[in-house]
Amino acid sequence: MAGNIWVLAEHWRGRLSDLTPELLTLGREIADGLGAGTKLEAVLLGHGAQGLAAGLAADGVISIDHAALAEPNPEASCLALAALIEQQKPRAVLVPLSNVAADLFGLLPARLTVSLVNFCRDLRAVDGRLEALCVLYGGKLEATVAISGAPAIIGVLPGSRPASAAPASAPPVTEVTVELPADLRVRFETYVDPEPGDVDVTQQDVLVSVGRGIQTQDNIALAEELAEALGGAVSASRPVIDQGWLPLTRQVGKSGATVKPKLYLAAGISGAPEHVEGMKGAALIVAVNTDPHAPIFSVAHYGYAGDVLEFLPALTAAVKARKK
Amino acid sequence: MNILVLMKMVPDIVEELEIAPDGKSLDVEAVRPIVSERDDHALEQALLLKDKSGGTVTVLAIESRDVDEVLFTALAKGADRAIKVAAGEAIFTAAEAAALLARVLPAVPNLMPVQLVVTGCQAIDDLDGVVAPALAERLKLPYLGIVTGVEAEADGSRAIVFKEYAGGTRGRYSVCLPAVLGVQAAPKPPRYVPVAKVRAAMKSRTLECVEAPAQEERSLLEIVSMTKPQAAGRAEMLEGSPEEVASKVAEILSSRGLA
Amino acid sequence: MSAPMPDPSLTRYLAVPGWVGLWVLAAVAIGLFVRRVYQLVRVLLRGRGEVRWDHVPRRLVMTVTNVFFQRRLVEEPVIGVAHLAIFWAFVFFATSFWWNLVRGLLPFLPIPFSDDVPWMRYPMEILGALALLGIVVAAVRRYIFTPQGLERTRDASTVLGLIALLLVTFLVSQVAREANASGLYLSMWWAHMATVLFFLAYLPYSKHAHLLFAPFGVFFTSLKPGAMPAESEGASRLEEFTWRELFNGLACAECGRCERACPAHAAGFALSPKELVHKVKEMVLGAVHAPAPAAAAAPSAAPAPPAAPPFVGEVVKPEEIWACTTCLACMTRCPVFNEHVPLIVEMRRYLVSQGEMEKRLQDVLVNLGRYGNSFGKSARTRASWTTGLDFPVRDARKEAVEYLWIVGDYASFDPRAQHVTRAAARVFQRAGLDFGILHEAEQNAGNDVRRIGEEGLFGVLRDKNLKTLAGVKFQKIVTTDPHTYHAVKHEYAGNGGGSPSGVEVLHFAELLDRLLDSGRLTVTTPVGRTVTYHDPCYLGRYNGVYEAPRRTLAALGARVVEMPRSRDEAACCGAGGGRIWMEDVAGIRERPAETRVKEAAGVRGVEALVVSCPKDLVMFQDALKTTQLEGSLAVQDLAQLADAASATVRSDAHVDA
Repeated sequence: MAGNIWVLAEHWRGRLSDLTPELLTLGREIADGLGAGTKLEAVLLGHGAQGLAAGLAADGVISIDHAALAEPNPEASCLALAALIEQQKPRAVLVPLSNVAADLFGLLPARLTVSLVNFCRDLRAVDGRLEALCVLYGGKLEATVAISGAPAIIGVLPGSRPASAAPASAPPVTEVTVELPADLRVRFETYVDPEPGDVDVTQQDVLVSVGRGIQTQDNIALAEELAEALGGAVSASRPVIDQGWLPLTRQVGKSGATVKPKLYLAAGISGAPEHVEGMKGAALIVAVNTDPHAPIFSVAHYGYAGDVLEFLPALTAAVKARKK
Repeated sequence: MNILVLMKMVPDIVEELEIAPDGKSLDVEAVRPIVSERDDHALEQALLLKDKSGGTVTVLAIESRDVDEVLFTALAKGADRAIKVAAGEAIFTAAEAAALLARVLPAVPNLMPVQLVVTGCQAIDDLDGVVAPALAERLKLPYLGIVTGVEAEADGSRAIVFKEYAGGTRGRYSVCLPAVLGVQAAPKPPRYVPVAKVRAAMKSRTLECVEAPAQEERSLLEIVSMTKPQAAGRAEMLEGSPEEVASKVAEILSSRGLA
Repeated sequence: MSAPMPDPSLTRYLAVPGWVGLWVLAAVAIGLFVRRVYQLVRVLLRGRGEVRWDHVPRRLVMTVTNVFFQRRLVEEPVIGVAHLAIFWAFVFFATSFWWNLVRGLLPFLPIPFSDDVPWMRYPMEILGALALLGIVVAAVRRYIFTPQGLERTRDASTVLGLIALLLVTFLVSQVAREANASGLYLSMWWAHMATVLFFLAYLPYSKHAHLLFAPFGVFFTSLKPGAMPAESEGASRLEEFTWRELFNGLACAECGRCERACPAHAAGFALSPKELVHKVKEMVLGAVHAPAPAAAAAPSAAPAPPAAPPFVGEVVKPEEIWACTTCLACMTRCPVFNEHVPLIVEMRRYLVSQGEMEKRLQDVLVNLGRYGNSFGKSARTRASWTTGLDFPVRDARKEAVEYLWIVGDYASFDPRAQHVTRAAARVFQRAGLDFGILHEAEQNAGNDVRRIGEEGLFGVLRDKNLKTLAGVKFQKIVTTDPHTYHAVKHEYAGNGGGSPSGVEVLHFAELLDRLLDSGRLTVTTPVGRTVTYHDPCYLGRYNGVYEAPRRTLAALGARVVEMPRSRDEAACCGAGGGRIWMEDVAGIRERPAETRVKEAAGVRGVEALVVSCPKDLVMFQDALKTTQLEGSLAVQDLAQLADAASATVRSDAHVDA
């Protein structure tokens, strides 16, 4: 089966998404695995977004520029991408499963009658065939799926591969023109940004969360230093909020926010169910607590039975050392 | 505004899920069905629209285990009609369900056209497709997903739809009606309906039943095997001095691109 | 002995005989009185029906002990005794009044006036003097040392003044009699009668009508305090309350005892039980002149505008209704036996029927309906607390057991309580108890669900449990959870209450008491510490189990000292009535649990606060952290002490430590 591997280069408000470089790494692996001159191409849909092409580590970039694609619009992008797929017949299209691209992902297959694979966590080329590992039922089971037929639309979850580095030289860009109807039924109007306020803990990729083990308000500075080094923010469990050491907006748990960061570092949090409910969805949980039997260790991925007041500065130092 | 809400059952993941003896499917006997969470939000969004600007809410689901209770609950919450699509014993994948619904909906008496079809923007078992956009495409209706709010425009020809992006930002869209919307979350959590009201609905209301034409489409995907992910039951405990552990943690974070 | 005084009713005043004037005065006063009572009764009858005519002899006995001896009033001694004096003066003066009224209206009757009869006159003089003193005490308390919850209204002053006036006029008339001053006597006689008649006419219109209604409140009170109202869709308007719920408002004396006892009020929540009942009173009084709703219109017709404005939501705010912990302290103190908790549950039912509750509570109800536990955990993991025991806990569904242990949600699922549950299991095992559990078949017993106002869900949970119990062979039920205990013991057998098929239901403390007493459990390592014991609401006030846990603690070798508030005065931890599932409210002064641990820590020499309720355990342990008392006070369950004290091998008890 011929055809190239495409990665939908997702961008929003002028920036490439974090997921795109991950998918390029994955796409590169698949293209190499299929061999026989299979190329990795990035597809850039947008308006005046060609400048982003230089940051895409692909063999080539196919760019469609149209005013209707200026902001995410599932109707316009589906029409554009469907036309492109019919025209160029790729082997597979990797679509990042994010809020920007997800609509398009769902719409394409019905239009083209192609196969779709959702919740893909891993993708391999086996003997010229594609095989996906998909996360089902909220992560309770995993399915290995054989993908026959082309093109296949594959929705890829965050974290499948490390991000690709920016290419040394900008990839060649092919401009393709697509006709889109003037009267689209879905019309973007504006963005509504949240009120600026205190840190929104639900939007952080990294949370250093402090519990009673932090002991005093002054010690919260230790957590803040680490959070700064990791590019995140400090959140807390209830006892800390109750003391008035941090504002209510920082509370994680049943009475506070439910967070799903990439890293949740629970520092001196024992792990009451009310708290666990608010953070169990984090991708990586590292817990530090003096009590080796603290319930937090049953939800954490990595645990350390020790003193947070010693551990936090040590980790801050170690993280800073790695950055140098 | 007349609104159709599509609801479906998914396995309750509070319970342990087991793999069937064939090694490549879910053991459906051991599963406890629950209404897909986002479908419940879609119903709430529909009821909020009805509360505000009138119209009707019809809920529809493909027949499956325990779906009756979900439909009666929807009636108790304020839905006007509940319809069950009888399609035999089969269990449908998302792509099959979308195809089936696209065929059945026009045939349901006194239903179409509706101004709005709402359902969850995704379900935890949507492996080979996503119902809402796939149905929209088949019904030739516009679609917007990851919706967190809908307001009817005065003339009834369009709706203001809010779509969620990162960082708390929402996109405001104007969508031509009729349309299909995939709901991520209603502006308010789904309402609670007391047991007594559900009981009353079971006594006084009926579920309409429509027969589905024979299935024509099959999923294009083949599941080769199903496995349980490696148990993340308990933390891997790191040993050593604070400095040693800190350096191990830093390494773990670095390997995940976090430090 | 003084000369006989002239007959006030036969004496002519400006040629008109006294009895004519008395007839006019009495007709006006009694007419006004009857009119008002009729109006109020008519409003009460707009409420739903509720039978309170059962067990009349028992009700009479209760009325006598609580009205004539004022049992609950004398709990606050100073005002209690003053009130007792005023009350007994009232009894004599009221008798005297009616006597003299009849005699005055019908002057031909061959009987003397009451003050001509020594056995009326002397008690009246003594009681009158005491009551005057009582009035002074009451006035000093109300105006100088005003306790929390007592208001200085003009109405209260009027009533106190009228009582003083009628006492003074009588006493002066008796002085006049001694002094042979017949003119003064006659004027005082008339002043007295006029004051009493004015009082009679004024009383039912005043806010202090409790003099009139309180005895009926006591007579018609629930014989099972804390019992839930009959199944209903809840109440938000006058017509949706039962007449007895409305009557709370009329019987209330606004004495503030409930408010002073209320843990939610003390913590700064929006609730004051007194204010709540006062609002009911305002609703009832306001309805006197509002039209009753039209008779039910034809179902097809548009619904008629409701007569009464919504009470819940407009007059009473949801946050007041949700603040209640159903601890029963208010009802235990109320001298007129008002029923605050059922009233609140009735309004909660309305809120639940409207879906008006916070998200977290909704989630809990959904979890309870779906998984049978408030934690939203798979039922299959209910018995996972047993891992870590070195013996298997038997499955009562598979083999007959003597004691069926209904474990309860917090004891089963909360990691902070599970080790206590294991301690209880070890104690049972050591005592050779034949016991088993229901594993995933056990459902939350529904006690707090019912008090949240989700009556339908309570029914579902109860029926599921009853169905399971019907298939299990056991003789007695035991639990460590007072909430489970109360529901299973009193609310499981049909609508009438009681336990399933009348089996004995024991709390862990009661069973432990028996095991220690009979020698089945021996103390090997006496506790040897000074502890104080917290009475859980649903074990103490609801079920009167005060002595068993204290005997047990003594038998285990602990020195028990009491907190300032103990037994039926014990202050609630704040978790009951579903509060444990609700969010904290912003701006509260101090959580009830924090107040309570401080109270315990303030008792000299106390090393541990002993609880016998898993919810208490988690609430108080939390409170220790937020009050920084962790180093100075331990919170321990009775089961932990019993486990440690009865261990044969010392390390046994420390497996979970």
